[in-house]
Amino acid sequence: MRTLTDRALNLAQVQGASYADIRIVMRRTQEINVKNGVVEGLSDNESQGFGVRVVVDGAWGFASSAILTPAEVDRVTALAVQIAHASALLKVRDLRLGPPVAHVGLYRTPVEIDPWDVSLEQKLDLLLKADEGMRSTPGVVVAGGSLSFWREKKVFANTEGAYLEQEIIESGGGITATAVDRQKGEVQKRSYPNAFARDQRQEGWEAILAMDLPGHAARIGEEAVALLTAAPCPSGETTLILGATQLSLQVHESCGHPIELDRVFGTEASYAGTSFLTPEKYGSFRYGSDIVNMTADATIPGGLGTFGWDDEGVPAQRVPIVRNGIFCGYLTSRETAQQLREIVGDAAPETSGGAMRADGWNRIPIIRMTNVNLEPGEWEFDDLIADTDDGIYMELNKSWSIDDKRLNFQFGTEIAYEIKGGKMGRLLKNATYTGITPRFWASCDAICNQNHWRVWGTPNCGKGQPGQSAHTGHGTAPARFRNVQVGMIK
Amino acid sequence: MLGEQRVKELVEGILARSTADQTEVVVLAGDEYLTRFANSTIHQNVAETNSEVRIRVVLGSRVGVATTNNLDDKALAQTLESALAIARLQPENPNFKSLPGPQPLPRFAAFGQATAGCTPEQRAKGVGAICLMARNKGVVASGALTTAVVELAVANSLGVFGHFATTQAEINTVIMSDTSAGYASDMALDLDDLDFEAIGREAVEKCLRSQKPRALDPGDYTVILEPYAVQDFIQMMAYTGFSAVAMQEGRSFMVGKIGQQIVDPRVSIWDDGTDPRGLPLPFDFEGVPKQRVDLIEKGVARGVVYDSYRAGKENKTSTGHALPAPAAFGPFPLNAFFGPGDATLDEMIAGTERGLYVTRFHYTRPVEPTRVVVTGMTRDGTFLIENGEIAYPVKNLRFTQSYLEALNRVDMIGKDLRLLSGMFLGGTVQPALKLGSFSFTGATEF
Repeated sequence: MRTLTDRALNLAQVQGASYADIRIVMRRTQEINVKNGVVEGLSDNESQGFGVRVVVDGAWGFASSAILTPAEVDRVTALAVQIAHASALLKVRDLRLGPPVAHVGLYRTPVEIDPWDVSLEQKLDLLLKADEGMRSTPGVVVAGGSLSFWREKKVFANTEGAYLEQEIIESGGGITATAVDRQKGEVQKRSYPNAFARDQRQEGWEAILAMDLPGHAARIGEEAVALLTAAPCPSGETTLILGATQLSLQVHESCGHPIELDRVFGTEASYAGTSFLTPEKYGSFRYGSDIVNMTADATIPGGLGTFGWDDEGVPAQRVPIVRNGIFCGYLTSRETAQQLREIVGDAAPETSGGAMRADGWNRIPIIRMTNVNLEPGEWEFDDLIADTDDGIYMELNKSWSIDDKRLNFQFGTEIAYEIKGGKMGRLLKNATYTGITPRFWASCDAICNQNHWRVWGTPNCGKGQPGQSAHTGHGTAPARFRNVQVGMIK
Repeated sequence: MLGEQRVKELVEGILARSTADQTEVVVLAGDEYLTRFANSTIHQNVAETNSEVRIRVVLGSRVGVATTNNLDDKALAQTLESALAIARLQPENPNFKSLPGPQPLPRFAAFGQATAGCTPEQRAKGVGAICLMARNKGVVASGALTTAVVELAVANSLGVFGHFATTQAEINTVIMSDTSAGYASDMALDLDDLDFEAIGREAVEKCLRSQKPRALDPGDYTVILEPYAVQDFIQMMAYTGFSAVAMQEGRSFMVGKIGQQIVDPRVSIWDDGTDPRGLPLPFDFEGVPKQRVDLIEKGVARGVVYDSYRAGKENKTSTGHALPAPAAFGPFPLNAFFGPGDATLDEMIAGTERGLYVTRFHYTRPVEPTRVVVTGMTRDGTFLIENGEIAYPVKNLRFTQSYLEALNRVDMIGKDLRLLSGMFLGGTVQPALKLGSFSFTGATEF
């Protein structure tokens, strides 16, 4: 690998690059889908290639190829330089990267059982048992299960002296039961352990065993069928308690995306949008109530946003985002960290917070979430319910939407329960809630403690052009919000 | 570009080596370039060369799939062996009948030389025209220009072989002021067919016109939707109901409704992968020729799209709508058309006493799929219409609305069709729409 990385970096400099980096990435994935007792999809996928990123005449260029030969490295590097020259035709000023990044090292996801050492029979057996368990409830029309495994080996080198080798391993899985009332034309579904049929972690096969998919299958099937005859979620303003998985998506959408500094500076404006968390709010804006503390932490074991170094070679860090309700941090790159300092001065860190991540060899790194977490509070879950006289508990996402500055959101959940007199009451279906981000977080008056906190995986976060799918993590525990508008479906 | 001869040698080598009962090889190769701009300057400028080989093998009724983008003989042999190992280790699938057999494939050209030969400097010039226009008007431009050459080949051991090379060029832009935004996009097979000045003008004018928007109470409004917003109707209906999987699992809004009137009789939606007004593709990812499928004809539910696996479950034949194997998502109408009417946008506005003019939707998601209830936001140019004229810009609103019910309140359909990019080499073609009532359930602050 050294031969190829040196070749690219030397050639880029010879051709006029003031900075260059190269990533060589080899990704292997395995996807298994089972539906109603039948293996509907089983695939093993490999992708390899390299991408060269250069700064020439103060502007970016990037080119990539799947062909790992010296001649192709030469062609692609020259193309990246040519592209950077074209970028410079419209530049207003030279880009600045700040202090050099020259780390050298190795990182590998710690796993107990390598998922590729587990036989296919074992994986299928687990899914088929869960599938059978869901279909044990009459009324379940579709029982589905999936497993997903991911291994990415990558080498990063730059002209500042960095040379980093990393191997990231992930294991994901889940089940979904769908119940249908054909006469009423109604469909309800329940998933476990997370929405859209899977949770995913930077762990090995042990993560799948810990889910105990067969052990939860019958309950999931029963709940899907029960939802068909449940009462609809009422409309109005009420107290809302969100379960941990729903809260993980709430954090993802209403905190994780608006703190991406590239969005703030407008470079995602034409696609994902911008952000309401503009630089003048940095360090002073009340994002939430006093008990709301959020961090972006790329060092948490098991989180999908965990790594040794980001794709600019910046070390993994724990960055405060919201402290006692006050907005105090962004997800940054080397370039945007410098831009922020030009606006807010020494209040901003001198260097990148390490949030540049690329979806493979053929994509340029952009600012992505690491593990963006709501830090745990002090409540036991049972005490929180007992302390709530009138409200609704909602859990596990079914639909999600938020405006392009990340203010107005509306979420739907798979399941909900009425809370009356401090106790969980009747089952509710088609639950939805809506709000404006800072008002919603300002209404948070209770967060459950460490006993109820864990990091959930979001393996499908879309952003960028060409599109990139990131794997992000979100640590959450159930929390309570006052005066929330619920029941948006007519 | 690998070229037809190189692809043919590659797939024949794999088919000859395979010991499976049936084998399929899909090659998807291409060169894609994207120049992305923001704050009226280029901030990302990228190129990619890739070739993916997807091998599907069948042992009895057991199916295994493996992919690689390493085209050397050893890697291809390993990928074939992976697919075989996957197939061997799983139980028989009684629903699987067979890979599709050979059928005559339509032959047509859909290749733009200007797209294929586009240089980084030409892309910079194209986006530069939009950036300059924005700078001159005191607003900022963002967006992306893509030029791509794509090559799709499908072959199987039953005799299927299809090879097709195509191009795509797409420009989209969001122009922003301190208080407003405007959007425009266009796409074509050939770069020379894109008019950067016109796209820039459309978005700049929309941005300037939507400055200092006023807050508007949510509620039910007559709406005029530009084709950008109408595309979401097609995509959401395709996602929730136009696929054989959704029908077979009982979750499609079409279940039990085939032959019945489900929307206004002026509404017709069909899929046609060979219509040159779209982004034509002669065959699907199984090598089955694309058939025109009437999904909704004059308001009546007519049918859904099939791949060979889902067709086999009903003893039907595929309509040529397979996605790449194993295609857990099922078949999909990638080339959908919403039939035109006879109205212009000006006529729609002139005939509106009070209503909303919507440029496009943002972040839409199905809330209740069986009624196609969708929530989402307006974006990049929303206006109140009063007494037949655009009165003033309004802050963006959230809607929560059944698209099916909305299509039962059609007032006018636009006569001009617009091609917009979709998924997996596909694109949708749609007009503007005027709907009698649309439910806005919330508002945001800008």
